Amino acid sequence: MTKLRFHIRFPEEKIPEPVIYQIGHEYQVVTSIRRADVRATTGWMDVEFSGETEEIERAIAGLRNKGVLVDPIELNVVE
Amino acid sequence: MAKMKALICRECGKEYPTEALHVCELCFGPLEVKYNYDEIKEAMPRASVEAGPKSLWRYKELLPIEGGPTVGLHAGMTPLVHAKNLGSFLGLDELYIKNDCVNQPTLSFKDRVVAVALTRARELGYETAACASTGNLANSVAAHAAQAGMQCYVFIPGDLEAAKVLGNLIYRPKVVEIEGNYDDVNRLCSEIAGERRWAFVNVNIRPYYAEGSKTLAFEVVEQLGWRAPDQVVVPMASGSLLTKIWKGLNEFKKIGFLKDVSTKVNGAQAEGCSPIATAFKAGRDFFKPVKPNTIAKSLAIGNPADGYYALKTTMESGGAMEAVTDDEVIEGIKLLAQTEGIFAETAGGVTISTLRKLVKQGAIKKHDVTVAYITGNGLKTQEAVVDSVGRPFRIPPSLVKFEQTFGQQGAA
Repeated sequence: MTKLRFHIRFPEEKIPEPVIYQIGHEYQVVTSIRRADVRATTGWMDVEFSGETEEIERAIAGLRNKGVLVDPIELNVVE
Repeated sequence: MAKMKALICRECGKEYPTEALHVCELCFGPLEVKYNYDEIKEAMPRASVEAGPKSLWRYKELLPIEGGPTVGLHAGMTPLVHAKNLGSFLGLDELYIKNDCVNQPTLSFKDRVVAVALTRARELGYETAACASTGNLANSVAAHAAQAGMQCYVFIPGDLEAAKVLGNLIYRPKVVEIEGNYDDVNRLCSEIAGERRWAFVNVNIRPYYAEGSKTLAFEVVEQLGWRAPDQVVVPMASGSLLTKIWKGLNEFKKIGFLKDVSTKVNGAQAEGCSPIATAFKAGRDFFKPVKPNTIAKSLAIGNPADGYYALKTTMESGGAMEAVTDDEVIEGIKLLAQTEGIFAETAGGVTISTLRKLVKQGAIKKHDVTVAYITGNGLKTQEAVVDSVGRPFRIPPSLVKFEQTFGQQGAA
């Protein structure tokens, strides 16, 4: 079992969609939201994904395919 | 009692032991070092600082190490130049340049943070240093690791210019070029940092690493004769430097070195990568990440880790933020070189042109004691100015031709 932490950002048009719920159904991952700020035009969440590493990778790819932006919890680490 | 009390979450306040941790397990907020200031106040009288080494380690009581420094012994105590020519040009009576172009050993302010990070990493038992970088940070980590006898891994994007790769290879680290776009490189580096028992300076060692930036505040206060400036202008990449200069000033107040801190902390970015300055100018308390497109590569962080905290700091201090075009970056580099003889990298051009804008706007006034932070050496980014500094005069080896070209100008 792997646990990975991500910072997820939603474009304005994705805010009404239950994206995290969908990902939990489409992939064998458990999501745990620790902090979030979702407003009318912008939104982000800090989320932990638990599951097999490959399944988490697939879930992340799935999120990106939905137009959601996924970064490491540290944001940019390349300085 | 130890001077470091704990690592503390900047969001929820949960405390952790002073180990290689950087994210709160509860809320995933970033961790920073919490100190015992009463203890430090007793252990750090001003006279002991003044008698200390000519390096950033004269402030070691306010740095996150338990023993003595072991890495980067010569970093810091760079010149604070009273920039009379540039000040006169801009209409400022007391303008100072904090010149980290000459920081040791790799000519950028990163030598400060890496000296602190690797000293702490060795205390924590790490034998391998690592970082992900496109420039100054990689140089500094590779050089310090070489001096410290540590193994070193430097991760770089696969399309990095040859000259920058060479600047790292000379220190013989293991340089890993990663195929893929920036986001791929960024994510892989974060995952590697979580997998290996390495001191990844700006990931798992980040709470300690970032504290090194405070010394840019400490030194300026001491070099100004133990007074805080009225205004500082700070280049922003991750935003960490700006927040730590503010923290440093306030720590000097806490231990009694300053009576009050009314410094306005101003942030500078390039327009091609200005998520923080754009948010500030729009009056937002959050920033929108961007894809960088600027010649100021050392500031090109599109999704800055400390962006939110930089916004908060500037608002709290009553400062301002501005962004400048790439043409203005080059003009800023040239202006500093031609008035003060200091050749800064592109980040320095961002700072100087932002300073100029803030003076024009009236945010910085004639009598304000103002410090502009110049964080890296221009010899590292010569390609940015190569087409805008003219060409040498070319003449045959003939005195006649020389005099035809220059006339009697300058003759005795």
